[in-house]
Amino acid sequence: MAQYAILIYAGDSAHALDATPEELETCDAHADEVEQEGAMVAAFALTPRDMATSIRGDVVTDGPFLEAKEVVAGFYVIEAPDLDAALEIARRNPATQEGGGVEVRPVHSGGVTARPVE
Amino acid sequence: MWRSDLCTAAESRPGPSSDHVTDPADVETAVVDAHRRGGALVLAATARVARDLDLAEECVQEAYAAALVSWARDGIPDNPAAWLTTTAKRRAMDAVRREQVFRSKLPLLVEPEEVVDEIAMAEPVEPVEPEDVVPDERLRLIFLCCHPALAQDAQLALTLRLVCGVSTGDIAKALLVSESTMAARITRAKKKISTARIPYRMPGAAELPDRLRAVLAVIHLLFTAGHTAPSGTSLVRTDLVDQSLHLARMLRDLMPDEREVWGLLALLLVTDARRAGRVDSDGRLVRLEDQDRSLWDRAAIAEAHDLIVDGLRGGRPGRYVLQAAIASLYAEAPTYDETDWPQIVTLYDELLLVWPSPVVALNRTVAVAMVSGPARSLAEIDELEKDGRLARYQYLPSIKADLLHRLGRDDEAAIAYRQALELTSNEAERAFLAERLASLNRP
Repeated sequence: MAQYAILIYAGDSAHALDATPEELETCDAHADEVEQEGAMVAAFALTPRDMATSIRGDVVTDGPFLEAKEVVAGFYVIEAPDLDAALEIARRNPATQEGGGVEVRPVHSGGVTARPVE
Repeated sequence: MWRSDLCTAAESRPGPSSDHVTDPADVETAVVDAHRRGGALVLAATARVARDLDLAEECVQEAYAAALVSWARDGIPDNPAAWLTTTAKRRAMDAVRREQVFRSKLPLLVEPEEVVDEIAMAEPVEPVEPEDVVPDERLRLIFLCCHPALAQDAQLALTLRLVCGVSTGDIAKALLVSESTMAARITRAKKKISTARIPYRMPGAAELPDRLRAVLAVIHLLFTAGHTAPSGTSLVRTDLVDQSLHLARMLRDLMPDEREVWGLLALLLVTDARRAGRVDSDGRLVRLEDQDRSLWDRAAIAEAHDLIVDGLRGGRPGRYVLQAAIASLYAEAPTYDETDWPQIVTLYDELLLVWPSPVVALNRTVAVAMVSGPARSLAEIDELEKDGRLARYQYLPSIKADLLHRLGRDDEAAIAYRQALELTSNEAERAFLAERLASLNRP
């Protein structure tokens, strides 16, 4: 088994802080599905592009790093036996059918760091 | 390291010795022949054991080197490909065993579980019987090389390298890039295959249509690159054409029920059948209507015809079958004027339904001109020009120029020919356009 990160590209993230469950329904359904299949390792939904702050060199600016139609709206890490299996999961991400898409990248290393309890 | 151990064997060549039972020249011919006819099979089978494309290629190289020695001593085996496969697989197994610990740290070709068992259980291999080589091994290799996660230029290069066994240097020459660029392209593709774990398996039924389309596109691109060399002085690069025909035939044998595979093979056959008539003795391009039809390869045209007849049966035909059917109507007509133009227009209409491409629409206008006259055709070309997608396509202004000339509008034709010249880099095509331009009736 190998781990793949799936980066979600969309016009913007649906996950505004005041988003209603209805607005998040398709994203959540996909995440639940992948989790139930036992493939989900970790998942993060990001807030919309207006909340982004970028740093290039010493300069801090408002907004996403790249000026593009799409932003990274979220990402998740899955476990799959090979690229075809990973693509099969990624293909089902609703972003692919809603004008955006996903990028699949093999994970080199890493994970959630254990933090000291205060 | 194991790689350097292995190289020594590959470099050894048979020296003159007294116990030769077979002429070294015959042996060399047999090895070259086995490589040409069975190379893909040998590599495909070895890759399953080696689970690493580089190691597989090395082991196959060594098997060829070993064959030169062994066949000269013991005679040429009845089934050279099976001999080579057994030898290459055995070497791969030895290397895998020897370097189990080292190799376990590297990403390997992803294989279905059964193969891992097969390797674990594999004791000294018995000579391979022909039926031991399952036919779909070459297919796995083809589908691996043409995986959509690889860029198309990489798919093309890998297919030539691994399936056709063409050396990196020759691929670079054929595709007009430097050898170092080509080597880097192939290395990068191989690295992605192992790092991203692109699996070495047949696509499932659900994904097969898409995956097959990618394979057909690569073979077709290879043919096109050879048929009209994008630049340079000669119009045709025979080596690429021959490799693409070889691949199409192989695919037809491996997937005998896929109608689009028949269609592609037929398209290549019928297009290539006109090879001898396309350029004159000075290397200049000859228009279809001026070509000497007695130079065309009638056997290839007949073979294509049978494939097309079968391909048109049973459900809506796909893109390649229709393209082949159109090309075949052109090729089967006794003269250009006797071509079945209405039927060609009908086939183009069908083709546009399954493949709505502006290039198809442009080619259709040539037949429309013959059925409904150049003025009607020109109106359709104007539409295509407005569309804009063919702005850099040299055949649009050249077709337009010909229509304008036929309508007696030579001044406008001259402008169109100049536009076409600007967009064309192939010397044979440039010479043709320049000649057409010079022959126009202008004050």
